Amino acid sequence: MEPLTWTGSIAFLNPLFALGLALMVLSIAVWMLASIVLPEDQMTVNPDGTLSSSSGLRTLIQLALRYSFLASVGIALAYIVLGVLMGTSAGIIGAMSQQFLPVWVSLIILYAMSIAFKRKLGLYGKLFDSPIGMIGFGLVMFWVFTGVFGAMDLIVTHDPLSQVSGMKNKVPGTPLSNLEDGQYAWYLLGGDNLARDVFSRMVKGAWIVVQIAPLATMFAFMVGITLGLPAGYYGGRLDTLLSFLANLILAFPVILLFYLLVTPEIVATGVPNYMAAVLFVFPIIFLGVLLNSRYYTRPNFRTPLLIGVLGVAGWFYLSLISTGGYIINTDAYRIWGLPTYLDLFDIPGGILVVFVSVVFVNSPTVFRIVRGLALDIKTRDYVAAAQTRGEGPWYIMLWEILPNARGPLIVDFCLRIGYTTILLGTLGFFGLGLPPESPDWGSTINEGRKLLSIYLHPALPPALALLTLVLGLNLLADGLREESLKD
Amino acid sequence: MGLFILRRVGIMLLTALCLTFLVFFLTNLYPNLEKLAKTQGNFRMSDEQVESYLSKNGYLQSTPIKYGEWLGVLPSYRYTNEDGTVQGRCILPGKTAEESPNFCGILQGYWGYSTVFKEEVSTVVGNRLALTGRLMLWVMLLMVPSALILGVLAGMKEGSATDRTLSTFAITTTATPEYVSGVIFIAIFTSSAVGLKWFKGTATQAMENPTFENFFLPVLTIALYGMGYIARMTRASMTEVMTAQYIRTARLKGVSFPNIVMKHALRNALIAPFTVIMLQFPWLLNGVVIVETLFNYKGFGWALVQAAGNNDIQLLLAISVVSVFVVLVTQLISDIGYVYLNPRIRIS
Repeated sequence: MEPLTWTGSIAFLNPLFALGLALMVLSIAVWMLASIVLPEDQMTVNPDGTLSSSSGLRTLIQLALRYSFLASVGIALAYIVLGVLMGTSAGIIGAMSQQFLPVWVSLIILYAMSIAFKRKLGLYGKLFDSPIGMIGFGLVMFWVFTGVFGAMDLIVTHDPLSQVSGMKNKVPGTPLSNLEDGQYAWYLLGGDNLARDVFSRMVKGAWIVVQIAPLATMFAFMVGITLGLPAGYYGGRLDTLLSFLANLILAFPVILLFYLLVTPEIVATGVPNYMAAVLFVFPIIFLGVLLNSRYYTRPNFRTPLLIGVLGVAGWFYLSLISTGGYIINTDAYRIWGLPTYLDLFDIPGGILVVFVSVVFVNSPTVFRIVRGLALDIKTRDYVAAAQTRGEGPWYIMLWEILPNARGPLIVDFCLRIGYTTILLGTLGFFGLGLPPESPDWGSTINEGRKLLSIYLHPALPPALALLTLVLGLNLLADGLREESLKD
Repeated sequence: MGLFILRRVGIMLLTALCLTFLVFFLTNLYPNLEKLAKTQGNFRMSDEQVESYLSKNGYLQSTPIKYGEWLGVLPSYRYTNEDGTVQGRCILPGKTAEESPNFCGILQGYWGYSTVFKEEVSTVVGNRLALTGRLMLWVMLLMVPSALILGVLAGMKEGSATDRTLSTFAITTTATPEYVSGVIFIAIFTSSAVGLKWFKGTATQAMENPTFENFFLPVLTIALYGMGYIARMTRASMTEVMTAQYIRTARLKGVSFPNIVMKHALRNALIAPFTVIMLQFPWLLNGVVIVETLFNYKGFGWALVQAAGNNDIQLLLAISVVSVFVVLVTQLISDIGYVYLNPRIRIS
């Protein structure tokens, strides 16, 4: 087997792509300069009612920018399309785009459907009016699909944990020396210092992030909302106490907190299990109060609904916090939990402590945001109207204030997923929580950085992956903010 | 104002007490103490040996009592060895029990003895803080002016080409955590694989002899992550000011655009970023830990990692006191500064 080059037989695109990029950078620079130097276009109204613009120079520069941008994007797409068609004969890029085929297909379907029905989809549909939001959403969904398909073993070329002899620190595109049947013939992005495939590890790492980050952010939001709404609405002593506690956690340097919480010794004491037991109650409280405040006037409907919802939620809660039949299982003592035959899933101690500490770090910030929003919104007329109508405080908080605070909260949710991704990476970078052989991006960067001056390829792919995902989330949040401010 | 500061200082002390107690509680959980005993003694200690080591050093008292001793409000624990000598927290090497004071905690100015560095905690923290202080100084010198310039340029004309480009740049830097940008910088500028070799990949030499070559990359890595956020805040505040009535009046009066920006807008636009910059300190602390680990610069953040990795209780407590102090003082300064800078609040 020949080693693969980066672009293989589609190398003729490289000079074109370089040219396109150079033109784009040039036109951006000219555009910026022109916006400072050139006078603004003078619009004059002609006697016949038409408008004419005085200087065409600005329009010209904008056209140049648009076309060079489109050309670069077009050539980049050509790499991917040709890669999908030609596979490994189009080099490493071709082989990778072929591996990502399910992701491309899903992205195309998602975008086609969303753009076709965008007027019926509310805020989500409006996202497709803003180019920034579309780019951000594309980046995010790329990694989401990669994570999901990677978990189904569709994209990966090798097992992310298995080592292949002779592949230690090999450069991207190195063929396997003694190929077995059914094995992919190359290490597309090279091997790391334990001779594992960097490409497959990067893809598998996406799944860890896609699983933990949104879920942890959601839990943090549940905690923050459940505590922040009453703090803002009632004010007084409750507010003082809760704000003090939130500031207490916020005053802690995050890394010190991680180092204190996410260690095997702390896991052995059962502290994370206690924290999990407390933090995971909040979604249940939230759900219960949400439904009860809305339907308490119709007991016949409310009671079965609450029993059903809280029953399922309670079952999830108990399966979440109990492992192997125990809620807390230390050497000194044990607390009984859900019996194993009712336990839906077990979360390994390492993942649980990572999850809990990420929720713990994020919820005070969410609390402060929600509290601020509640303080602002509770002075509005519709809240006064609801109070006059005789609605209960929880109905006003959850069905009047919360829906009206959704704009900033959705934007913050996107940003916070990005921040959680960064936190997960930080944990991996310091080797905390997740097992050392785990393919998550932080751990891989940490492992790769030790040999960084000689071998770049093990550390760079996960670093760029993390960068693009967080960038995508930030752009998405920006697009959402822009679109939600329009109406 | 005086009352306000007094109240804030009171809350600060209460927060610091709560936080140090939390750190104390977590580091004094039995598995952590066991780890400490094993790293101090040897890793093959039996359970009884661990127990005897811990009781000798007074680790097996109840947590509130130990916390009181650390604070200096309770007399510290003493243990009489079989040969009649007395050992304890307050009895430094070379001193006898009679010469040593009964109380030795932070109230008496004694921060304890670091089990990792084999030095007094105050000297460890002092040395490391000096190194990190130098790093932070350069970070601030690089980050604040460039972030403000970026933000002001972007916010001058909302929606202009400059605004779009600079905002995209700012978003990209906020999306790049230090361990990603640091790795990318090391890969591009220091590795033999790319071959540029403009800078050094480690900053160990920068501890004695900081030069542009070995010190710029760590500074840039920290500054870049914080810069985007400050720039975006500055931009937001600048765009708000630029749409204010008095700016419109100035434009209608015929004041030139540079004059409007420099003389009329800038002063009001820089109030909000001031608070943001102050509140960035706690975030920079995170960056410092990551960058010092990445570039092997043995400062405060590096000491934190060492102390936490080895459960060095006294050092960890001192570090958390220092970092909590930094966080709360910057909050206080930002509040006071906000009141001072904003005449509408100052006068009323």
